[in-house]
Amino acid sequence: MTEPSNSKVIVEAEGIVKVLGTAPNEIKVLKGIDLELQTGELTLMMGPSGSGKTTLLSILGCILSPTQGQLTIAGLKTQNMSKEQLANLRRKHVGFVFQSYNLVPTLTAVENVMLALDLRDINGPGAYDQAAEALESVGLGHRINAMPSKMSGGEKQRVSIARALAGSPSVILADEPTAALDAKNGMAVMELLAQVAQDTRRAVLAVTHDHRTLQFADRIITIDDGRIAGSERPKISGKAVEMAAH
Amino acid sequence: MELAASAPALAKARTAKSPRPRSGKRTVPMVVKLAYRNLFHDRLSFFVTVVGIMFSVVLVAVQSGIYLGSANKIAAIIDAAPADLWVVPLGTKSYDDPSFLSGRERYMALSAPGVANSEDMLVSFARWRKPLGGETTVLLIGTAGESPKALPLNITDGSRAALEAPNTVAIDRSYFNDLGVSELNDVAELNGTTVKLVAITKRVRSFTTLPFVFTSIEESRRLAGANQDQASYQRVTLLPGANIETVRKEIERRLPDTEVLTQAQFRTRSQDYWLKQTGAGAALDAGKLLGLIVGIVIVAQTLYSSTKDHINEFATLRALGAGAGYIVKVILIQAILSGLIGYTLGMSLALIAIQAAQDTKLTIIMTTPLAVQLFAITIGMCIFAATSAIIKVVRIDPAVVFSR
Repeated sequence: MTEPSNSKVIVEAEGIVKVLGTAPNEIKVLKGIDLELQTGELTLMMGPSGSGKTTLLSILGCILSPTQGQLTIAGLKTQNMSKEQLANLRRKHVGFVFQSYNLVPTLTAVENVMLALDLRDINGPGAYDQAAEALESVGLGHRINAMPSKMSGGEKQRVSIARALAGSPSVILADEPTAALDAKNGMAVMELLAQVAQDTRRAVLAVTHDHRTLQFADRIITIDDGRIAGSERPKISGKAVEMAAH
Repeated sequence: MELAASAPALAKARTAKSPRPRSGKRTVPMVVKLAYRNLFHDRLSFFVTVVGIMFSVVLVAVQSGIYLGSANKIAAIIDAAPADLWVVPLGTKSYDDPSFLSGRERYMALSAPGVANSEDMLVSFARWRKPLGGETTVLLIGTAGESPKALPLNITDGSRAALEAPNTVAIDRSYFNDLGVSELNDVAELNGTTVKLVAITKRVRSFTTLPFVFTSIEESRRLAGANQDQASYQRVTLLPGANIETVRKEIERRLPDTEVLTQAQFRTRSQDYWLKQTGAGAALDAGKLLGLIVGIVIVAQTLYSSTKDHINEFATLRALGAGAGYIVKVILIQAILSGLIGYTLGMSLALIAIQAAQDTKLTIIMTTPLAVQLFAITIGMCIFAATSAIIKVVRIDPAVVFSR
């Protein structure tokens, strides 16, 4: 599959090194990662446990700072940014989907999405409609007032995706989004992420162990021992099959 | 949101009827909603917080009310018989620290420029012998009957005019047990003279344990063994337009063995003596401090443990890009909400207690300025108590969201 014609590089990582701990017990988790994420693409990142996937995801999401290397998101270089500046960058440009959803248990589905909008200073009566629309777009229009405790894992992950979409971030980073779901719900969530990635203003990167999700990928990156071991674009993705069927 | 509607797994869900009220309805700000949902989530913990604040508010309100009640009680006689200036014996600590002026002060004061009138007031300790036996010390107070400021006030039975007759007194109903009388016309002995009860007052009580016994100025002089010109104080009224400080200095110059105080100065001196020099005020202040400490500890403990319970949510918020200020706001709103609810309940309880104490020997006063002050203290206390929780949240590492 070729790169989408109107896609652009939204995340650019150059020579990312991450060292955890202090000498003599320090561990070099990432050993020089060069990576670009393009809009309109769903990139899957795979690799064995301890290979550095989650650390890389945290760095790409501006949650951790690299020990060395340069990260640029939506044209903004993150080097020398303070904690609050990084939080501001995350708020404006990054959406997260977590393995265990991380919804606020005391808020309803729509309120969880409204919370993410509120962080972006989108509030007032319009925020409710916008959050409800986000939930409708992930197929949860009928569950907007449900509490997370009353929702299935698949529903919670869809709320989490709706929350990540709130405020239209440039990149969505998903950490094992299907790990806590059964096969059917896992596929539905991946389908949803693939749809999200069709937006040419946005890139989606998902860390996964689940080989069944590969069919949705526009690009697959393999990481091993802190280095990128492979990067390929499948000739025909699940998306391509579906589009061809239509 | 602009997703292409293609996933068959989602199609069914999307066609389901939405319960969403399409509206521009006003919504509670999310930061407030998150704060109160967090707060009410653990009801037991919230109950403990509110009870803690309530207890603290009641304690501080009652102690402050007693302080205010005591201050008012100390100054009650001064307030009931107001004057522009008070001529008092040199070194007087309080209005109920009685000694006699020499006797020439009234005329000296009257001759000073700017003085309209000067009235005698006598205050003296006296021995009260109960009709059925037993003695107690009382504070005898005599004022001139023709004065519009004649004491006592709040007469419920009998009259002030009846006090102009010889050997007559007035006392407060709440002292009946202490003085061994029960109704008008009962008799007792005051400094060896038989006196008759001709007037009864309501809620005219002294700050000390000594009951007030009121009589006319002439009768008080006789009972206290003073000569016919003597008094404890001169209550001076100024002519309109007279400069109070000029007149005060002039009287003081003319009467070097006295002090000339304004109403406010005499009031403050009496209150300071009883509340500061005797340590009574310090005991009440200690009670208030204890209430505040209890409140701070309870609120701090509960907010900290609530923050710990919700730490993953705060970490998620941080990961989603919430600034430290946003999360601090959530904690502060939780603290303020706890304070508001605790204050409302605590103040209601304190008002009930104050109402119940109204006809007892304990005088507790609640005023609007004091209630406002207590409200500010309660909210301040809760905000201060939130410090440990705030330190905890601002140190959250958002990276923990990936390790769960």
